[in-house]
Amino acid sequence: MSSTADVIILGAGIVGAACARACASRGLKTLVVDSGFVGGGATAAGMGHIVAMDDSPAQLTLTRYSQQLWHALAPGLPPEVEFEQCGTLWVAADAEEMEEVRRKCALYESSGIPAEILDAHALAQAEPQLARPLAGALLVPSDAVLYPPSAAAFLMRTAMEAGARLLAPQQVLSAANGRVRLASGEELHAARIVNACGADSVALLPELPIRKRKGHLVITDRYPGFLHHQLVELGYLRSAHAVAADSVAFNVQPRKTGQILIGSSREFGAEDASIHHSLLAAMVARAQQYLPRLADLDAIRVWTGFRAATPDKLPLIGTWPKDDSLFLATGHEGLGITTSLATARLLVALLLNEEPPIPAEPYLPARFLSRSAQENRIFAHAPEQSHA
Amino acid sequence: MKESFDLVVAGAGPAGIAAAVTAAEAGLRVAVVDDNPAPGGQIWRSGAHLPRSAQHWIARLHRSSAVPLLGWRIFDSPEPNLLCAEPSSFPPSSPNGSSLPPHRRHAELRFKKLILATGARERFLPFPGWTLPNVMGAGALDALVRGGLPIAGKRVVVAGTGPLLLAVAAHLARRGAKIVTVCEQASFAQLARFAAHLALEPAKLAQGAGFALALRSARLRTGCWPIAAHGTDRLRAVTLRQGHNFWDVDCDYLACGFHLVPNIELPALLACRIAGGFVSTNGLLETSVPGIYCAGEPTGIGGVELALLEGEIAALAASAQTARAQKVARRRRRKLAFVRALERACTLDPQLRTLPAEDTFICRCEDVPYAALCSRSSWREAKLHTRCGMGPCQGRICGTATEFLFGWNADSVRPPVFPALVANLAVSPARTHDFNGASAASRAGVAAPTHAFKETR
Amino acid sequence: MPESVRSLALTVNGVPIAVQPGTTVAAAVLMAGAPTRISVTGEPRAPLCGMGICFECRVTIDGVPHQRSCQILCRSGMQVRTAPSEPAANPAREFAP
Repeated sequence: MSSTADVIILGAGIVGAACARACASRGLKTLVVDSGFVGGGATAAGMGHIVAMDDSPAQLTLTRYSQQLWHALAPGLPPEVEFEQCGTLWVAADAEEMEEVRRKCALYESSGIPAEILDAHALAQAEPQLARPLAGALLVPSDAVLYPPSAAAFLMRTAMEAGARLLAPQQVLSAANGRVRLASGEELHAARIVNACGADSVALLPELPIRKRKGHLVITDRYPGFLHHQLVELGYLRSAHAVAADSVAFNVQPRKTGQILIGSSREFGAEDASIHHSLLAAMVARAQQYLPRLADLDAIRVWTGFRAATPDKLPLIGTWPKDDSLFLATGHEGLGITTSLATARLLVALLLNEEPPIPAEPYLPARFLSRSAQENRIFAHAPEQSHA
Repeated sequence: MKESFDLVVAGAGPAGIAAAVTAAEAGLRVAVVDDNPAPGGQIWRSGAHLPRSAQHWIARLHRSSAVPLLGWRIFDSPEPNLLCAEPSSFPPSSPNGSSLPPHRRHAELRFKKLILATGARERFLPFPGWTLPNVMGAGALDALVRGGLPIAGKRVVVAGTGPLLLAVAAHLARRGAKIVTVCEQASFAQLARFAAHLALEPAKLAQGAGFALALRSARLRTGCWPIAAHGTDRLRAVTLRQGHNFWDVDCDYLACGFHLVPNIELPALLACRIAGGFVSTNGLLETSVPGIYCAGEPTGIGGVELALLEGEIAALAASAQTARAQKVARRRRRKLAFVRALERACTLDPQLRTLPAEDTFICRCEDVPYAALCSRSSWREAKLHTRCGMGPCQGRICGTATEFLFGWNADSVRPPVFPALVANLAVSPARTHDFNGASAASRAGVAAPTHAFKETR
Repeated sequence: MPESVRSLALTVNGVPIAVQPGTTVAAAVLMAGAPTRISVTGEPRAPLCGMGICFECRVTIDGVPHQRSCQILCRSGMQVRTAPSEPAANPAREFAP
């Protein structure tokens, strides 16, 4: 048995769902295949922070553009997506980090992203639960939060309304040269195949420069009013950058339900989903240093997930030069929720040979092939970057 | 609190008490942990009207050297031979906002051997109106009455399935409740077979006769169950169904439980093998994890007498008294037929799957209606896309219901197995190093909470 | 024994109530005629399981929210608060500095 489409998207996480929606809305006959159900992988494990991130100019461009797409979509999102523009407070603990606040503020403003510097007093007013003294914070009001599985389901539902088809659960055995073989024995054909399998995309393409980066999250019972903004320590980028070592950072989010989501941890080399107790303890202890009264809340659930990490912290979007039929939309590490919509726009432009809405070069998979010999060493030798 | 024991017993119901007493009397250093404020478990809830044998066992526990850790709830096992627990109730934080000191909010219990006597809970099946106040479990109403709720003169409908219904009805009747009716979902034929089995056991026959006496004024209906509860802010009436007959009865309480399901979350967290919903053990009640034993309802719903025997066997085996353990195990084996007979007697009528209406909430924590679940293909999909099971009960109520309604299996158990203080997740005995050094907050001298991790070491 | 000697005095939503020692907070709340909590869609709820499993009996005791009242015994002077009648009422005051 076989079936054909214009484009086959592998993976129905938020990235795959966004790509399906973008493809179907452009009239492409779109087929999505997933081994589980919509939004059941890293999408289900993520925080759902729609955030402008300035790790690199290309990251800021992509996150900012995608965030604007989310804001355009927001009025049409159903309530279960729990979209809320709570803003992010990048919390500075000391004078050194306040310097970083000012640098970041200038950068954001020059990129057209509204930002506001809060001093210690204004920060305490904005978030009375924060420990004192802290030096201040950068408020980025355009940042938002949402519930990722429902967002993915919404994107997939609208994709299907536009004509996309979903095959799930279906295990994919191979995908190459315009042909997708399923464990069921079925074979699918398309001129374009998009690998949007996140951390699992290497299973179909082992040479991809993607590694699993495990994370832990904790969610509490409902405590409405405890927090008002997503809170992230300015040292977060230091943690996100620490490529070799396990790390934790203070990154806490108020859910629309009143629940508090507590992160974050980063860990390479862990393949199983079990709770790493000492890392969890360090992560929670870190959060408590900033929010002492978190201690008294009830945690109701802890889980883990796997980010798809690339060596340069940028996703892989575009053709895979070794196979004309193969496109990638993967490697988003911790920013897949934010950048899913921009990824989909870029991908469709590349599929249809149109002018991309933002420059596509920084995200093209070819950037790794040109220095393919280095690929595996990039991870091992990546220098500890400063967040400047 | 950090303590080490030869044996920790998780649960202070009949199985746990028998285990703790047996092991302590054999000279082991024993702790028995339970989240309730008094020993006895659900079946021997403190209060008056406890059977003499219960009073005897509880007194024996108090006389023994076993350390009772009552009002402590086990929530995790971060490494082998270690359990973490926290108090099941908290005094308020001190006025300056600081939290409880670590030794009062966190216990690390190290053990050489562990006996899991975690008991069982009632199975609840959703029907329209089941979320109304005063609709509750049969065991639940019994427990509330033992906990001081006045019941004299109140009209009570007892419903569901299993021997608990008659026991509860008898107890409530003694306390002056008006038992309007007792509805047993099982058919008359199912019950007759079970009664024939009971006749083989004189002790149980006497119990049955006692119930019958207490229930003279009430009516026991078989093949009968509630299909809706009515009221606005609380229960006012119940619609019952028996075959093709439907009728309403006014009542103050509906005590409705569909037999028992074992509490296997802690055994599952400890990686004990589970088969068919129960903990697998060998003949001396050791689980698939060496040194961890299981006794009472989690090995099979068998009631108090069997639980006492199993507690004793597990304790004898855990204290290396193998010959004695084997002797008691032979007595246990003779009683296992009762477990199977009880299971058959309580087999649920498939028609009970049609009880929920489209808008009946299945998940009470998150208010997820039946209609939202019908199109889902697994428990995990339902959780992620509807929030079913995402509340603080961690799916203990709705997961049991959806297992019957949709045939879903709950996904893997993760710590914490009960909601736990965030502060207690920051305590890790395995923590040996900082992951990325001191945070900027601590470098800047931000006042760390009084319960910072290091103070607990 | 005479109730006046043995009873404990506590308040449920500010209303005094006297109970016998050994009474659970859940029983006291039911005696006071209050639902223990308001569900996320606004329904009144009361205990379901009576054994600390279902979380329907959660109340605020002496300012500490989400306490399972069926497993806690009444103490003299205890202040029990059940869920506000408006689920969206601003509980932020609980967290005021």
